[in-house]
Amino acid sequence: MAQIFPSASAPHIRTSDSISKIMLDVLIALVPAVIVSVFVFGWSALVLCLMGVIVAEALELFIMKVLRKKKDFIPDGSAAVTGLLLAMNLPAGFPWYLFIIGILVAIGLGKHVYGGLGSNPFNPALVGRVFLVISFPAAMSNYYKPGIWKTLESLSTAASPVVTGATPMGLLKESGLQSALQNHTYMDMFLGNIGGALGEVSALALIIGFVYLLVRKHVSWHIPVAYIGTVLIISSVFYLINPDQYGTPLYHLLGGGLMLGALFMATDMVTSPSTVKGSLIYGMGCGIITMLIRIVGALPEGVAFSILIMNAVKPLIDRWTRRRPFGALKKEAK
Amino acid sequence: MAVLTFPGGIHPPEMKELSQSAPLERMPLPKMVYCFVHQNLGAPPKILCEPGDTVKTGQIIAEPSGKVSVPLHAPVTGTVKEIIKMMHPAQKKKLDVIVIERTAKDEWQLMPSMDFTTAGREELYQRVLDAGIVGLGGAAFPTHVKYTSTLVKPADLVIINGAECEPYLTIDHRFMLEKGEEVLNGLQILMKLAGAKKGIIGIETNKPDAIENMRKMASHDDHIDVVGVKTKYPQGAEKQLIYTTTRRKVPVGGLPIDIGVVMNNVGTAVATSQAVTKGIPLVERGVTITGEGINNPKNVLVRIGTPVSELIQYAGGYKGEPEKVVAGGPMTGPALSSTETPVMKSTSGILVLPKPEKQPRPAKPCINCNQCVEVCPMALEPNFLVKLCEAKKYDEAVEMNLFSCIECGACAYICPARIDHVKTYQLAKRVYSTLKGRK
Repeated sequence: MAQIFPSASAPHIRTSDSISKIMLDVLIALVPAVIVSVFVFGWSALVLCLMGVIVAEALELFIMKVLRKKKDFIPDGSAAVTGLLLAMNLPAGFPWYLFIIGILVAIGLGKHVYGGLGSNPFNPALVGRVFLVISFPAAMSNYYKPGIWKTLESLSTAASPVVTGATPMGLLKESGLQSALQNHTYMDMFLGNIGGALGEVSALALIIGFVYLLVRKHVSWHIPVAYIGTVLIISSVFYLINPDQYGTPLYHLLGGGLMLGALFMATDMVTSPSTVKGSLIYGMGCGIITMLIRIVGALPEGVAFSILIMNAVKPLIDRWTRRRPFGALKKEAK
Repeated sequence: MAVLTFPGGIHPPEMKELSQSAPLERMPLPKMVYCFVHQNLGAPPKILCEPGDTVKTGQIIAEPSGKVSVPLHAPVTGTVKEIIKMMHPAQKKKLDVIVIERTAKDEWQLMPSMDFTTAGREELYQRVLDAGIVGLGGAAFPTHVKYTSTLVKPADLVIINGAECEPYLTIDHRFMLEKGEEVLNGLQILMKLAGAKKGIIGIETNKPDAIENMRKMASHDDHIDVVGVKTKYPQGAEKQLIYTTTRRKVPVGGLPIDIGVVMNNVGTAVATSQAVTKGIPLVERGVTITGEGINNPKNVLVRIGTPVSELIQYAGGYKGEPEKVVAGGPMTGPALSSTETPVMKSTSGILVLPKPEKQPRPAKPCINCNQCVEVCPMALEPNFLVKLCEAKKYDEAVEMNLFSCIECGACAYICPARIDHVKTYQLAKRVYSTLKGRK
């Protein structure tokens, strides 16, 4: 009764975890932020988010099947994450045709020219965002005035009032802390009742989503804590120098894209370091560059650029922070 | 106090319940036995018999060739039929097999029995070698070699590995329950052989009855500790269990004896006990026959050389359509290409896995999720290592400690992209060693 079997290599059991499950969890983690953006900016926010997911996935399918001729490609949801994250980086009411250009750049130039999933050195969504910021600065800074709760009535009447309002970080740069705080309270900033990109306004929604990822063990706390901690320390120092010009640490924490960047962009698995030590260095680097741009630079916000710069440094950090194998002698450490 | 453990590791489904309550059974003697000459790690022994020879159970049919080699004994009484070539599951090539047809009931050719308390250490060493004993946990490394240097410089500690961290396998568990005395006796012999003052038996806490039984057995011996260790794969890997039980780390590229420790498996301790006290060479071993694809999972004592198909039949045959049959546990055991393959000294289990309900997803690119980094018990970076090996950058891979990899498979198990880390490392190690002319 001898029976012949095809060859197979150990291990013969595998976890049921998969890349598409991870990506689905990231999408789920972003849902609270999407919901808040609809409350704050109206239905157009949801349209942008859905468009990001659908167009990005369709584009990736086209690139893989037609251009790269990978016949057995099965969509894994990573493009949807990129599309949604890019949408979260846009102001409400952003023109749809420019958004499509942004997705083309994010998925095409940010990801597939490097070889696709897992091979991109830069966070594709941030590549898309920075491209849009540089190419279409006016459209990218045309922020809706937030209308949390007030827009509840107008949700049913389809159109949101198109009134432009500056972001907290923009207000701080223009007119200082005192006058900025006349437009909104810290509670507004925490809940999301402020101007800004779709996904960045509500710290609360982002934290809820991140806790979900932590519970599902898809992320570790090291990068966000190092990133946010560094921002808090540097902003505290500058707060002591001149509170009105530089703002409070809390303002820096809640006022811009820091939460979205630290919790969802800097933690992108592909473009962040592997080791604990590397993650801490990487997070600190993001924090330092963010604060340099916010305080010294001409732009009000620096989260996207700081993460892209640290993406570029990531391979170097990996080299610096090689793990010592189990049983390595101290003097042999490299 | 927290249960002792090591850093890294995974928690696959244990699947021990299939077979853990099945008591040991001795399988009926097979009609034909197929003895791979190359059953031990190191050099295969030299064949001493030819077709037509009659052999007795326990008679030497191949003698050791070189320092890392052990003799092979006839597992049954009968006639040598022929010497053929069969596919070796671990070596992955066709190798010599001595085929013996059993013609009669066992006529034993035993070695004289010894009293280990009065025997000299050299005598015990020679006996372990003469009995053809190898590591029965699955690696089949000649046991005496671990003790060669202890004859010059005694070890301070012998550890018996009763972790049995591989999912499904329960044979060590049954040995500790039903052959506890022999396990203990084997440890005492090995301690004497090593010149060690202390002995430890490390058992995962998912086997509380085994811990209790071994504690009871060892209660009168102050030099032996029975230690419960955390249930986590690969707790039973040599370096990991040494660290768990002693907090000592085997240096990179070094051996346990460098830090004064020798470790042997539960089955090896039993074989040692039988070889010394009864003079029985290694012709029989314990095997767990298990898996969702088998009707009546069992723990059996079986003669080496019995075809796997007979074990499957003995355990009630296949349940449903089998997808693969694995020799050993699911994490490290090689899949058999044919059930004609015989039981070897390294066969700790026969695991039959049924066809999965849905086909597994194909491998995807690595997304650097870092789970492999977190679970690697050797604190390597499997994500980088596998990319270097795939790119054939072997020198760089070796610089990143490719050879520290113990091939436990934790990285491949946890990988959401289903990357075949272990297969890639094994190939890379083999190519590198061949290119550099080292073994």
